[in-house]
Amino acid sequence: MHTLLLAEHDNATLNAVTLNAISAAQAIGGELTVLVAGENCRAVAEQAAAVTGVTRVLLADNAAYRHPLAENIAALLDTQRSGYSHLMAVANANGKDIMPRVAALADVAQISDIIAVESPTVFKRPIYAGSVIATVESHDDPVVLTVRASSFPAAAAEGGTAPIEPLEQAITGGGARFVGEDRVVSPRPQLATARVVVSGGRALGSRENFALIEQLADKLHGAVGASRAAVDAGMVPNDLQVGQTGKVVAPELYIAVGISGAIQHLAGMSNSKVIVAINNDEEAPIFQIADYRLVGDLFEVVPQLIERL
Amino acid sequence: MKILVPVKRVVDHNVKVRVKSDHSQVDLANTKMALNPFCEIAIEEAVRLKEKGIASEIVVVTIGPDAAQEQLRTALAMGADRGLLIACDSPLEPLTLAKVLAKVVEQEQPQLILMGKQSIDGDNNQTGQMLAALCGYPQATFAAALAIEGGEALVTREVDGGLQRLALSLPAVVTTDLRLNQPRYTSLPNLMKAKRKPLNVTPFSDYGIEPRTHVSLLKVETPPARQAGVQVANVDELIDKLKHQAKVI
Repeated sequence: MHTLLLAEHDNATLNAVTLNAISAAQAIGGELTVLVAGENCRAVAEQAAAVTGVTRVLLADNAAYRHPLAENIAALLDTQRSGYSHLMAVANANGKDIMPRVAALADVAQISDIIAVESPTVFKRPIYAGSVIATVESHDDPVVLTVRASSFPAAAAEGGTAPIEPLEQAITGGGARFVGEDRVVSPRPQLATARVVVSGGRALGSRENFALIEQLADKLHGAVGASRAAVDAGMVPNDLQVGQTGKVVAPELYIAVGISGAIQHLAGMSNSKVIVAINNDEEAPIFQIADYRLVGDLFEVVPQLIERL
Repeated sequence: MKILVPVKRVVDHNVKVRVKSDHSQVDLANTKMALNPFCEIAIEEAVRLKEKGIASEIVVVTIGPDAAQEQLRTALAMGADRGLLIACDSPLEPLTLAKVLAKVVEQEQPQLILMGKQSIDGDNNQTGQMLAALCGYPQATFAAALAIEGGEALVTREVDGGLQRLALSLPAVVTTDLRLNQPRYTSLPNLMKAKRKPLNVTPFSDYGIEPRTHVSLLKVETPPARQAGVQVANVDELIDKLKHQAKVI
C-alpha cells in the first residue's frame, strides 16, 4: 500500500490539518508520499519532509499551482496516481473541491469526510448531518478519500527525513482563472485546530455584542466560532461558521453562547471533549449534549466569565 | 443561455432520522421528503438569472423515484421552464449520477450547470465536481455570489479563511453554498401553473449506464450518546468545574 496525500498549505507554511491527515494515512498503513503543489513553496515541502511517517515528498513548484484551482491540481494528481493504492486530502474547502474531480478522472468513487479507518478499504463517515455514522467499504483501486481532520490526532511535525523530489509538469488551461481573494486576517488560532473554541449565536444580537465572544476567546487563547444565525445576521464572516455546512471542530473545550443547538450546528461540534452551554432557555437543545449547563443571561454571565478567568 | 439545474429529493432537513434495528440502513418509511435546500438555492439563482434576461431557459433534472416528480413541480413553480425525471428506484452513487448527468449535458447543451454543493442525506459534496470532470468543464464550488459577464461566470467562493473570486469560461459547473441567495416561496397560482409545464419521464436504462458498486454500505449506527451533563449555578462554579473536574482551562 502506498498513499498519496495532497498537502494543505499557503505556499509558506504547511497547514496543521495536514498533520491530522498524515495520521489517517498511517492508520491505513504502507508508504506515504505527500504532494506539495504551489508556487515558491519549497519551505512547505521541507516541513512536510520533516513530519514523522512521511516516506517521500513530491514538490510541484509552478505558477500554475499558486492558487489551488481544482482543474489544474486534479489533472496533476491524475498524472501521478499510478502506483498508489490511496489518494487522499483533508476534507476542507480545497480537498472537497479537488478530490471528487480526481476520483471521476480515475473512474472511481470518492469517500468523503472519513472519521475512522477500520481497514485499508473500510472507513466510517457521518451522514445526515452527523446524526448517523455509516461504515462503508471501497471496492476501488485507487481508493480516493477526504479526511475529517478533527477526528485524527496530529502526526509529529519533526523526526522525519523524507527525500524531496521535484515534479516539472505545469498543468494549465482548465478554464478557470483566479481573480482575487478576501482573506480574513486573524491573530487567533485557526478554528479547525484550536484547543478551545468559543462560539456565539443569534442571541448576541449585534456585531458590537459579538465582541464579548472574542474577548472570552482571547482570555482562553481560543478560536472564535459562530452559528449560522450569527453569520446570516452579519455579526461575523461566514468562515467562522461551525456546523454541517461550515467547519467541523473537535476541540478540548467548546463554549456555546446563545446558540440553541440546531442539528446542523451540532454536526459541527458534538465531538468536542468538553461542551459548555450558556443559554437563557432551559429547553434549548444544546443543553442535551452539554457537559456543563449554565442557564442565564449571556450579557451578565459572559462579562463575569471574562473578569474571573 | 440555457441553464441546467440537477436537483434531489431528500429527507426534510427538520426530520431527525433513525437507523433500522438491524443497522442495515436509515429508516425512511413515512418520512417527510423535500427538495434538498442547496438545490432550492440553485433553482433560485437560475430563476434570478432568467429575470435579469441572462438565462433563456431553465431545465431542471432529477434522478430518482417517481415520487421525485413532486420536487420537480416545486422547481417548476419557482420558475424553472421544463422538468426531466430519470426514473430509478434504487439510490445511485455520486459517480453514477454524474455519468447520467453528463449524458443529459450532452443532450441539452446548457451553458451553465447550477447545482447544490451537497445533499443533506449523504453529505457527499461530490456530484458537481465529478460532473465537471466528466464534461471537461471548469468548476466553481461553494458559490456565495454569481454573475455572468463577457461570456464568463464570475463566482465568489466560500473557502477556508475567507472568500475567493474565480472567472470560469462557459460552459461551466457552479455549486451553491447557503449564502448565495434566499430561495423564494412557491405561490399557489404558480403551483397551479407548474402543473401545466412540461415534465418528461425517461427510464434510467435509456441512458445506457451500468451502475457499478464502488462503495458498499456495511452498517449504519447512531453515534455514541454523550454522558448527561450537569447544571452549574453560576460562573464561579463553572470555572471551578472546568479547572478541577474537566481540567480544560
